[in-house]
This record gives sequence, structure tokens and C-alpha cells, in this order.
Amino acid sequence: MNRPTDPVTSTALASPAVTRAALFGLTRLRRSTRTERREWLLAFVLLLPALTMLALFVAYPFARGIRLGMLDSVVGREGQFIGIQNYIKLWYDSIFQRTAQNTFIYTACATFLKLSLGMLVALMLNNLIGFKRLLRASMLLPWIVPTVLSTLAWKWMFDPTFSIVNWILYHLGFIQVRVDWLGGPVAAITSVILVNVWRGMPFFAITLLAGLQTINPDIHEAAAIDGANAWQRFWRVTWPLLMPVTMVVVLFSVIQTFADFQLVYILTGGGPANSTHLFATYAYQIGIATGKLGEGAAASLAMFPVLFLVVLFQLWYIRRGEGGKGGA
Amino acid sequence: MAEQRRGTSGKRWTSVPRRTFLKAAAASAGAAALGGMPGILHAGLAPAYPKGTKLHLLQWLNFVPAGDKVFLAQAEEFAKQMGVEVTVERIGMGDIRTRTTAAIEAKSGPDIILIPNNLPHLYADGLADVSDICEALGKEQGGFYDLARANAFAGRRWIAVPQFVYSWAWNYREDWLKEAGWTKFPETWDEFREMGKKLKAMGRPIGQAFGHSENDPNNYVYALVWGFGGYEVEKDGKTVVLDKKGTLEAIKYNTALWKEALDESGLSWDDASNNRAFLAGSMSVTGNSPSIYFVARDKFPDVFKVINHAPMPKGPAGQFYQLPTLSSAVMKYSKNQKLAKEFIRWYMAKPQYEKWFEVMGTFAIPPTKVWYDHPVWTRDPKLTVFRDVIKDARQIGYAGPPGRKASEALAKYIVVDMFVKAIQGDKPEVALKWATDELKKIYGT
Repeated sequence: MNRPTDPVTSTALASPAVTRAALFGLTRLRRSTRTERREWLLAFVLLLPALTMLALFVAYPFARGIRLGMLDSVVGREGQFIGIQNYIKLWYDSIFQRTAQNTFIYTACATFLKLSLGMLVALMLNNLIGFKRLLRASMLLPWIVPTVLSTLAWKWMFDPTFSIVNWILYHLGFIQVRVDWLGGPVAAITSVILVNVWRGMPFFAITLLAGLQTINPDIHEAAAIDGANAWQRFWRVTWPLLMPVTMVVVLFSVIQTFADFQLVYILTGGGPANSTHLFATYAYQIGIATGKLGEGAAASLAMFPVLFLVVLFQLWYIRRGEGGKGGA
Repeated sequence: MAEQRRGTSGKRWTSVPRRTFLKAAAASAGAAALGGMPGILHAGLAPAYPKGTKLHLLQWLNFVPAGDKVFLAQAEEFAKQMGVEVTVERIGMGDIRTRTTAAIEAKSGPDIILIPNNLPHLYADGLADVSDICEALGKEQGGFYDLARANAFAGRRWIAVPQFVYSWAWNYREDWLKEAGWTKFPETWDEFREMGKKLKAMGRPIGQAFGHSENDPNNYVYALVWGFGGYEVEKDGKTVVLDKKGTLEAIKYNTALWKEALDESGLSWDDASNNRAFLAGSMSVTGNSPSIYFVARDKFPDVFKVINHAPMPKGPAGQFYQLPTLSSAVMKYSKNQKLAKEFIRWYMAKPQYEKWFEVMGTFAIPPTKVWYDHPVWTRDPKLTVFRDVIKDARQIGYAGPPGRKASEALAKYIVVDMFVKAIQGDKPEVALKWATDELKKIYGT
């Protein structure tokens, strides 16, 4: 389960993993026998296309981004070097502060909910007897529909006047006045999180399900014979054994959620009063809407330290798994 | 030249022979000397462009589809006459910025882009000089309105050719206003509030968007601030003066209006929400272009009968409008600048423009004054109000010059969000201070 199964995050994921493998290969190359050396050379050659792609489409734009973040470029005009002034400006920008706060809340809540619900669904699917294939396939639907399309559908469902959600709640007697799903600051971020959870949960469920199926049923049986109830079996057997998979999925998801753009851009455009702006949407607003490319690059790079830490942790964890207990 | 121009202005609307007009345009623009299309037609020469020359124009997907139909047909005709290939690409209004930025940075893309609002200033360095077209057009068509000029003229040169200004007015249901005791639409903001109270009590509030969308929220909030005497910066374009009594009054007024008269789901509306809600009958008044009226005419005949339009109520400082505009810009990187200019001249020239303007039916206010007496405005008396709004229109960033800073304030929704913060419970003074501080950061004071 070290290989990314998520096409959306594959670029982000492939990058550190492949680089690491290549570096690892080079170190090994120095102190190995001739046969081994030939093998590693072959591996390196095989990796070369991927490395070239990464250099062209990830490393180069990234380096450009860092440079742009230190220029005062505006659209159509080459900028002057201004050091970290863009970052200082952002630090004192009230909208940026709000954006940072939103992004952390959004990522934390969405990831927690996706994990909890995903785990629940995975457990249910794992214990299911009939309709397995049908249920698994239909569960993946939210995840395979293009985000823009499904988000537009959500936008309609949240429409202040024509919301079908309101209509149903009203007719079931739960509400008396219509709920403005994207109106209030709390309501808006909650709704955006809800859509993210709806979309991302299947990825959790299907991956965790794969993990669950690798757990040997004998262990469960043994635990049951020893008198463990279902809850204890989950906490003492399933959860620890599933931990490597869980960690990897959570970290992938954090990277994806932290850098989210489409959902917010379509649902709220960052409003009302910037209560749903995320790093990516605010960076877009500065860089594209106001043409301040340097400042926009700086705003999007502000994500980098956080994502970098997540990736480091992920690499460390995977490596630990490889060296010791083995992955899922 | 004088004789030819008399020829075009004598019979202004109905039967301008194209050739006569083109001669005039050629003379005034000096295009004959450049070998442009009018010159070609005049001299009967073969087109000056090599076969296979391609021209690419990027514009918004028109809210009035018939307008696009006419424009596309004209582009085709131009292409045929010039022996070139013209591609008209249409995308959503909100995506034009992205495409323009990308094109300028990559130094390749469309030859002409229809750029919204004051954004030509944002892209000024990437836009070719079109002063020759604008000066000729201004002379020919009675001069530009201030707003159109402000958005496309950058101090020394014209950076874009204004194509049109969106019209705007309050759309209201005559029948429901009558029920609430208003036979005439209120003329002051105080009366407006009184009317709104009654309407909301009847379950048919006033609808106004306050989200992060392109047009509607800005149309309203800027007009309100200006009407109460506030504005963003002084003429020097540096001194931020939003923090004035007028602005504070506007915020207080709007916050009260929100509770008493407005539909309280407006915080999440986009530019299309009010159209839908108005047509669905869930509110009685909303600010908009005549697009609601046009859709009602085609699809909601019962609503159509009872819609009317009214100008902005007057505030203590007067009556003002913030109106979006669209201007045609020739991109500096384009290798076909001459042909691009020729095309703009062609579709802005009276014979072509008139056909397009008629189809747009009061949705588009032409940038030049010569169209003021055109029968389009008076054909349906319910639409006449849309003609005059441009006279009281101000540019974003008033009273400072239009430019990058004004664009940034607009793009960051500072003024909209100031109102939203107050609606969400911040004290009006706190919201005003926030907005003033943000503007100061933008204007660098």
C-alpha cells in the first residue's frame, strides 16, 4: 500500500517517493557488487523518464514559483527582487490571516470526518455478505465524478432559494425557515467541509477496506476465543494492524485537502467576507484577479512549509514501515 | 472629410450606406493611408493580408445570446471581405481574467480580448496602443462617456476600445408594490427602506447579493457608499478617505435594511441568484440589468406584465451608479495588430454596431454619446430608464484615477465585505476601520 492509488494526488506523491528511490539507488550503487551495480543502473535508467517528467513539470515550476515569490511582478511587467517583502505583507494581511485559519480548520475537520466515516463504511463493507461489488462501485461514484461537476450540483442543492435540501428538511418538519447553507461564516465553511467529506470519503473507505482485507481472520478469531468483544477487537486488533494504511491515507488526504481549490472556488469564491478562502483560492485571487503575480506566488508558497512537514513525516513513516514491521 | 462626415451624421440611424460610412471612417482614422480595410474598399484594391492570416478574438459568453449571433455573423462577414480567418472564442465572464493573465505572461494567445471593467489598466503593459481608433470613434460618434473613457484611457494613450457599458436599474413588481401602498418607486433611500419593510412583512423582500461575484454586489454597495457621500480615495489616488461619515451612514443604513427589508440569504448569492429568485416570485425588488425582463418576456409572461424598472434612489450626496464595462483590447504580443485594429474599427463602426446594439436591446449602453436618441431606448417605455444611468456612473476607486490599485480593491471585494462584516454582527465602525485599513495597504498609505 505504498503505491499511490489516487490519480489526483499522484503527482504530489510520486515526487518524494521516486526521488527517494533514486537517491537510495545511487548510494547503493557505490558499494555493491557488479551484478547489483548493473541492476541499479538499470533501475536508474528506468526511472529516468519519470525523473525528467518531474523535473520539467514539478521541479521547474516550483523553482520558478519560489523566484516569483521574491519579485514584485505584476502581470505584463517583469518584477524587481524584493526579498521576502511579499511574505511580510501577507503576514500582516487580515484576509491572509483569515485564510490560514480557514485552511487549518477545513483540513482538520474534513480529514477527521473522512477518516471516521471512511472507517465506518470500510468496516461495514468488509462484513457485508451480499451486493458487495455493487455497493463498492456505487460508493466510489462521488470520487470519480469530476469535482467541478459534482460541486456545481452541490451549489444548486445549497441554493438559497431553490435548495432541495431545504425543501426536504422543510417537508419533513425539521426546519421552519430556510437554511442559508453558504450564507453565514460558520454555515459556509461547514457546508464546504461537508462537500469535501462527501467527495473524499470513498477514497478512505476503499483504501481502508483493502487494508482490512489483508488482516488475517485468524487473529480476530483468536481474540474472539479469548473473550474480546467487537469493540475490543476493533481497538486492540484492527486499529493497530490497520495503522500503516490509515497513516498513509490520512497524509495523502491532508496534502490534498490543504491545497484544495475547486470546491471553494465554485461554491463560494471565498465569501462571504472571506470566511471560506483557502490558501489556493486566495493565492488565485491575488495572483490572477489582481494581477500581482509575485504576491500570489508567495501566498501559494505559504502552504509549502506545512505540506513539506507532512511529506517528511510520511516518508519517515513509510521508511520505518519498510525497515521494520512491513506495510499493509 | 467634412462633407463625408456630414453624410453620416445627417441620417443617423436608419440608412447609413456602409460605403459612405467606411469612407468617413477611413478619412478620420487615417486608415486609408495605412492600407486598412476601409481604404481597401474605397480604393477597390485586393486585401493586404496574406491568405491564411488568422485573427483570434476572445470574449464573454453574452447574457443576451442574440447579441452573440449578430456579432458572430459580422465577424464572418469581415473575414470574408478581408480574405482572412476570424475565430471568435466565447468563455464565461469570470474566466477572462485568467486567460488574459496567462496570455500576457506567455506572450501568445488571442489577438483581441474583450476585457471587463477597469481591468485594462491592470494589463496596460501588455496592451497595444489603440488611441487612433478611439480618437476617431470619439470624433465620429459624439464623444465617449466618462466611465467608458476612465476604464480604457491610461493617461497618455488609449489601451482599449470601450465596447459597451452594462445598464442597470431596480427591477420591481408593480403589482406587489401597489399592494404595499407604493404606486411609484421610491426616490430616496429613506423611502426605499420604508417600502422594503412593508414588502418583507408581506413575505416578498428586496433581493440583493453580497457574495463574491463579478457584478451585482459591487453595483449596489458602491452606489450606496457614493450616495451617502463616502468614497475610497482622493483625486491624488493616494489618500484613503473611506473612513468618512458618509460611508459609516451607508453601512448603518444597509445593516438596518438587511434586517428590515432585504432577503437574508443574499450573502451567498451570485450574479444569477436574484434573476432566478425574482422570476420565481420569491421577492419583489432587485437591482439588475434588463436580463430578468428579457427572460420574463420569453418564458414568464405573467411576471413580464408586472415588471417595471426604476433608477437608483437618491442619497444625501446624490444618485450614483457603478456599472461594469467591456472594452476591446489589442494584445501587444499579437503579430496581427493591424488586422486586429481593423476588425475593432469594423465592429464599432455605426452600421455594424447599430445592428448589435439593437439586438442587445438596452442591455448594452454604447460607450459613445451619439446613440442617446436611438429608438432602442424608447421602444418600450419600461426600458427607457436604463439609458440615463451612465450619466451618473463613477469608476471604481473614485475619486482617484482608475488603475491597478483600484482594480485590486475591487478584486478583493473590500467594499462588499465591509458591508457583509456589519451584516454579520461587527459594529459599523469596526467594519469601516477594517475596510479603510485594507484600502490603505492597497494604496500604500
